[in-house]
This record gives sequence, C-alpha cells and structure tokens, in this order.
Amino acid sequence: MERTFSAVVIGASAGGIEALDILFSALNKDFSVPVFVVKHIDAGVNNGIIDYLSKSSALPISFSDDQELVENGHIYMAPPGYHMLIEDDHSISLSVDRKITYSRPSIDVLFESAADAFSSRLIGVVLTGANRDGSAGAQRIKQRGGVVLVQEPTTAEYDVMPKAAIADADVDGVMDLLALADRLTELTGQ
Amino acid sequence: MNDKSEQTTVQSGLIKPSSDESEASFDEASERDDAKSLETLEVRLLLDAVKQYYGYDFLNYAPASIKRRIQEFQKEAGCHHIAELISLILHDEAMFGKLLRYMSVIVTEMFRDPPFFLKLREEVIPWLKTWPFIKIWHAGCATGEEVYSMAILLEEAGILDRAQIYATDLNEESLQIARRGIYHADTLPLHEENYTKSGGSGSLSQYYRQRYSSLKFHRRLSENMTFASHNLVTDGVFGEMHLIICRNVLIYFNRDLKNRVFNLFNDSMCLKGVLCLGSRESIRFADIDSLYETVDAHQKIYRKKTVVK
Repeated sequence: MERTFSAVVIGASAGGIEALDILFSALNKDFSVPVFVVKHIDAGVNNGIIDYLSKSSALPISFSDDQELVENGHIYMAPPGYHMLIEDDHSISLSVDRKITYSRPSIDVLFESAADAFSSRLIGVVLTGANRDGSAGAQRIKQRGGVVLVQEPTTAEYDVMPKAAIADADVDGVMDLLALADRLTELTGQ
Repeated sequence: MNDKSEQTTVQSGLIKPSSDESEASFDEASERDDAKSLETLEVRLLLDAVKQYYGYDFLNYAPASIKRRIQEFQKEAGCHHIAELISLILHDEAMFGKLLRYMSVIVTEMFRDPPFFLKLREEVIPWLKTWPFIKIWHAGCATGEEVYSMAILLEEAGILDRAQIYATDLNEESLQIARRGIYHADTLPLHEENYTKSGGSGSLSQYYRQRYSSLKFHRRLSENMTFASHNLVTDGVFGEMHLIICRNVLIYFNRDLKNRVFNLFNDSMCLKGVLCLGSRESIRFADIDSLYETVDAHQKIYRKKTVVK
C-alpha cells in the first residue's frame, strides 16, 4: 500500500534525552517532514537540552514558539511548562492547561491533537519512560488511521511507557532506536 | 468576526479529501474523515450556541485547545457526542457555568517564571519609579497569584502606595478567588522558591498569614488592586497604562483575535509604556510590532516607542 506521511510525533520521558540523541543523530539532513517532540521536562529547564541534542543532529532543533511557521525537516520540542498541540492547518498551538498524566508538556496532548490534524498521514513514536503517557495518544493515532512505532522495551532505559503503548494500541512496529530512524526515513522518503 | 472564512472551513472539512489509499481501505478512511469533520462541526455549533445565548465568544480561539477542553467537559458530563452538550448548556445555566470553567481556567502560580519577575525588578521597576502615579493592567489574571506577586515587587521597590493595579479576567469565579486573596498553602514551597529566584531578598511569609492549610495575603497588598470582569474578545480600551501584563493568554487566540487584543493594548498604553507577554509568545507577528522596541527578548518585555514614524 502506497501512502505519504506529513509529520512525525515522538514522545519520551525518563531516559529520553539519550534516546532522542541517538534517534536524531541517525536522521539525515534531508528528512522530508516536520518532527514534533514531547520530552517530559521540568518547567525551569533552559536551552541546555536543545544545545546538547543539536550537537549530533543534522536537523535543526528548537523549542516551539506560539504561532511559529512549521518547516519540513525541523525538530520542534514542546517548551518546558507548556503543552504543544497541532491545529488542523498544521500550525503549532501552545497551552498551559492542567497537567495530563502528571505532565505538562504531555505526550497524549500532542499525539491526540496531531492525530486529529494529520489523520492517516501521521507517524507516532513512543520511546523510553517510566509512566503511561502516550498510550492514549497512540490509540488515537491508530483510530485516525496513522502508524505507531515503539522502542523495543528491552532496549529502553525505562520500559513502562513503551510497554503501555504496546499493550493499549495496535502498534505497527517494535524496534530499537537505529531501526526506528531507518523506518522513519523509509516511510517519509519521497 | 470573519463569518465567511469560518463557514468555508467547516464546509471544506465535510468534503472527503482525495486519498492515496487503495480502494479497499477507502471506505474506512472516509468514515474516519467523516467522524473527524463531524466533531469539528459539533464544536462549531456548540460555540455558536454559547455566543448567541450567553454572549461569550470563543469562535476565534485556537481550535485544538478549545476542542480538548470541550472533550474534557464532555467526559465529565457523560455525553457521547459534543452535540448533546448544546441542549444541556442551553437549558441549564449551571451546566454552562461548568463549561465556562473548563473553557477559561488558566493554571498559574506566584512568581511564575522567576526570571521574568527578576527582569521586571531590574529593567521596568526603575522606570516606574520615575512616575508620581503608576497604572498597571494585568489582563487575564485568572486566580490572581501573579497580581499579588506584582504587588510584592512594588512594595519592595517602595512604590506600592502610588500604584493602581487593574486585574481583569472573563471568569467571575476566578476573580472571586483573586479578590479574597486566600490560597492553598500546599504550593508554598514552590512559591517561596520562585520568590527567591525572582530576586526577592526577604521571605514570602512577610506578606501573608497562614491558618492551617490556607494563607491570606495582607490587606495592604490588595488595597490598590481593582478586580474587574473584562473580556478581551469583546470589551474595550482600559485607560492609560504604564505597564500591561498579559502572559499565556494570547496563546489561546487565533491570529485575528491576537491582533485585536494587541491593538487594544496599544490603545490602552501610554508612550514608553511596557508590555509583557508569556515566554513563548511574541509581538513579532502582530500589526503593532513596529511601534514597539524590545526590552528583553527572552522574557518578552516590550516598550512602546515615543516617536512613531
């Protein structure tokens, strides 16, 4: 079945910085769609995480701003203390609504809004984490016809989050980080 | 309001988009698209009903957050479809009150974003000190924690007596909490930490009395505060302000509504007046951009220029 994808959403929690670092460094600079990422972080976190991840990534990475224009091949991280949502016109919205599964930013909030915005043209990725955030969002992506990939739990620093996604959603693939990067490149390739 | 474009959006949502998928899965895909556009239509109808019957206009809010809030309310109300909420809120005003709470509550805290309050102390307070009388508008003040934070800043600068703080919100329940100035004590450690990080030299405990699990701020802080119901979507200009603070409110508005509010702020601002936004917000995309210079790019503090070319 031939189909095209318009965006990738990624959720990561505990152990997620290293996982994102490996995943990002394995994506090459002509990656063809925008990447939206929620990594659970404290509200006080500064740009250090962006600087760190940028070192090994060929793709530009930034915390998203309100009303920012979305570009292909750019990695948008939810800023500390804000939920990141995707609108139907594929622009980014931020919110300071209550925490979901104890988190703001929350992976479910990103995944559910992106699933509504991109329908079957979305790929969701659940990485390492010690909670269940992301599994409701993974279900919504599947309901809307998108694809969900999960980090192989035995390769994750914390396996609770990937296991929860696998248990709750009919996921399309379970693999390690480098295989995830290959799969994303392959699915989004022109 | 832009009725025409709103309608086009809803209609085009109903047209089944062309799909790359094979014939066999086409029905399934179009069913999913129907479900999604039906939801969009239901949200629009609900917001229309709210506007026409109760006068609150959420039509120009950013849709993704509004939909999430409505879905949370839908869950609490135990309704299968968003459309059921329409009848519910039209015939039961108390239910509308509940919906309004879901639509307008913004989470806040004392000295939220301490680096912002530190910049206020360093860059803005010295300028405020040069005025014999100071007017401050806190737009979208929610339950008031940041208004009391502002009052503490002014008190520590010795200018609270000459300041008048207007704090507005569209949610009357939030304003009641703000007027009382009584808050739960369980968030005190966070608030103390924020206060210190914001450059506070004393202790937050100088400013409140604690009784069991709640605390009440000293009356002195609220003597020059006026809490008033004001809806940024529909209400007008608000005096000649030296400082307008509106943080993490505009993120909920679409571009047209943002521009309306920016113009409202500009018309309510004295020359060299200071505008403060949330840390991820910007004046960059607004019509009034060229009328303001940046005081601090990170903390989103802007100053109205004196000479407008």
